[in-house]
Amino acid sequence: MSDTATAPSTGPKTLAEKVWNDHLVVKGEDGSPDLIYIDLHLVHEVTSPQAFDGLRQAGRPVRRPDLTIATEDHNTPTLAIDRPIVDLTSRTQIETLRTNCEEFGIRLHPLGDIEQGIVHVVGPQLGLTMPGITVVCGDSHTSTHGAFGAMGIGIGTSEVEHVLATQTLPLAPFKTMAITVEGELRPGVTAKDIILAVIAKIGTGGGQGYVLEYRGSAIRALSMDGRMTICNMSIEAGARAGMVAPDQTTYDYLKGRAHAPEGADWDAAVAYWDTLATDDDAVFDAEVYLDASELEPFVTWGTNPGQGISLSESVPSPDSYSDPNDRQAAERALEYMDLAAGTPMKDIKVDAVFMGSCTNSRIEDLRAFASIVKGQKKADHVRVMVVPGSARVRLEAEAEGLDKVFEEFGAEWRFAGCSMCLGMNPDQLAPGERCASTSNRNFEGRQGKGGRTHLVSPLVAAATAIRGTLSSPWDLAVSTGSTTEGVNA
Amino acid sequence: MDKITTITGVAVPFRRSNVDTDQIIPAVFLKRVTKTGYEDALFHSWRQDPDFILNRPEYQGATVLFAGQDFGIGSSREHAVWALRDFGITAVIAPRFGDIFRGNSGKQGLLVGTVDEELVEKFWELIEAEPGRAATVDLVARTVSVADFTVPFDIDDYTRWRLLEGLDDIGLTLRDEARITQFEAARETWRPRTLPVR
Ligand code: SF4
Repeated sequence: MSDTATAPSTGPKTLAEKVWNDHLVVKGEDGSPDLIYIDLHLVHEVTSPQAFDGLRQAGRPVRRPDLTIATEDHNTPTLAIDRPIVDLTSRTQIETLRTNCEEFGIRLHPLGDIEQGIVHVVGPQLGLTMPGITVVCGDSHTSTHGAFGAMGIGIGTSEVEHVLATQTLPLAPFKTMAITVEGELRPGVTAKDIILAVIAKIGTGGGQGYVLEYRGSAIRALSMDGRMTICNMSIEAGARAGMVAPDQTTYDYLKGRAHAPEGADWDAAVAYWDTLATDDDAVFDAEVYLDASELEPFVTWGTNPGQGISLSESVPSPDSYSDPNDRQAAERALEYMDLAAGTPMKDIKVDAVFMGSCTNSRIEDLRAFASIVKGQKKADHVRVMVVPGSARVRLEAEAEGLDKVFEEFGAEWRFAGCSMCLGMNPDQLAPGERCASTSNRNFEGRQGKGGRTHLVSPLVAAATAIRGTLSSPWDLAVSTGSTTEGVNA
Repeated sequence: MDKITTITGVAVPFRRSNVDTDQIIPAVFLKRVTKTGYEDALFHSWRQDPDFILNRPEYQGATVLFAGQDFGIGSSREHAVWALRDFGITAVIAPRFGDIFRGNSGKQGLLVGTVDEELVEKFWELIEAEPGRAATVDLVARTVSVADFTVPFDIDDYTRWRLLEGLDDIGLTLRDEARITQFEAARETWRPRTLPVR
């Protein structure tokens, strides 16, 4: 992109530009990319094997094992985790990661370890993800880490090798987009609904070439878990990254975590972090506004995350799209999803509910889900899976008795991993099955061949599990008298 | 990546055009976890035929492939380059190449040079007249020869420079290593470290 806006070293700057400039090793000239230093490299089993093999072949070491950390998540089973992985390709990938980490001196949290889990849950939980750093991972949802005011960028396998070897990455400059969400969310409406509404508004390509900055009172009011949910799905709008400026909420979350700075380092860090917020007179290349108080629980009806509407609405008609591409996409989506235009979203019956993934598998997500299902029974025909994002989240939930809540409700309480977010491990939908899922992608076949996905928040997932049809917590308040006060997860 | 100045080795008259990357390496081999060891996958279906040119005894040790028009079209898989390289092919000469394949080759140390169609034809005849004879590709002089027949080939300056210097993307970045080290020296102590484990 020629009209890029990476800031000059002086003058007002945005959060993203500040972080970028502070990592500039070599400024690119004549349109060549900038060489950016990488503070933290997260590794998992799927996108790393060829990168390690490339190093081996070239006789190169990992430059900074002390800035690199690995875990196992995509291929791992979420039941019987002490037994050998049945699928041979999966088992090979896991075993390859283990030998590679051993050979190159990289810290690994394997299946069964207390810090094992989805890579984007593990980094923040260890206090490794912090404001003002650059984080990369061979995974598109690295944008999650932007919730801390970090620049989190998803990369491919050749780039993984590049970072392992050099701790830097040649990156083209970006443009900046402000996504301002003002006002107060109504009870029962959450961070997930905000981001689904944002993507429905700007489209799955709307963020292309941009780093998004989420701002405004509704974002400031969110917890870190909520901010991570939002930044996680920046990639679903096509963005390079998504960020939220650090504030007291960020610091309170970080303080005392295993790898958070301590003592004088903490003070120096906070002093620096306080300078990161976008300058008042900085200019964004694009701006988008959303009124939080108008938002309702949201749900997708189609096969890309931009095809979403409020739960109170009906399946849109392809004819309502003026753009022929959108119309065609809608037609195809309705066919795959086996939905008829005009059907109220709330009449749609589901076969499964998946509560998990790097979008919504942190402790607050589980608490939100539990707050709705506590003392209830799931609908008979619905299979409900609750999958914590990490082994630690699982333990934390059990310490609070959430596992009992889930089990009494009739849900399966699993071990940590990506699980049904993608059809790479045993947790998959059968062809034709319909699922309300707290994950981030509703692509065809994403949760298993022929499976149909509706993206929802943990609260909507919970209400849906109770009623058996897509439902919001508001529907329950009517039918069961339960309230959703204070569950703005 | 090793520096390349000249390549000399068994020449192969590869009389096929539109060789796509699915022919070079079928998708089933993309499941592997390594970046090397793809020699068995190269031209996998064609190699089931005992008469396939690379199976013939006179072309064992194949090094320089003289191929027809549009070699390496199709998918972006880097594996196609790895498979050729692992098999021992270090140069491919053809009238035209798939774009992505050509780009990938330059990054992985496979020399890819273009020569007019009728000259490729002439090379085919020369090699077939005496199978097993060597070809020499001189990257410095930008020429390719079999016996005393020598012609210039085309390669873009940037790729040629990378191959001569033995620079892959990582190698290119490491030319700035002093600046990386300097950057690291100034890196604040509060920034994350995964080791030691705490
Ligand atoms: S949970 Fe899903 S989106 Fe997140 S890292 Fe795993 S597979 Fe990717």
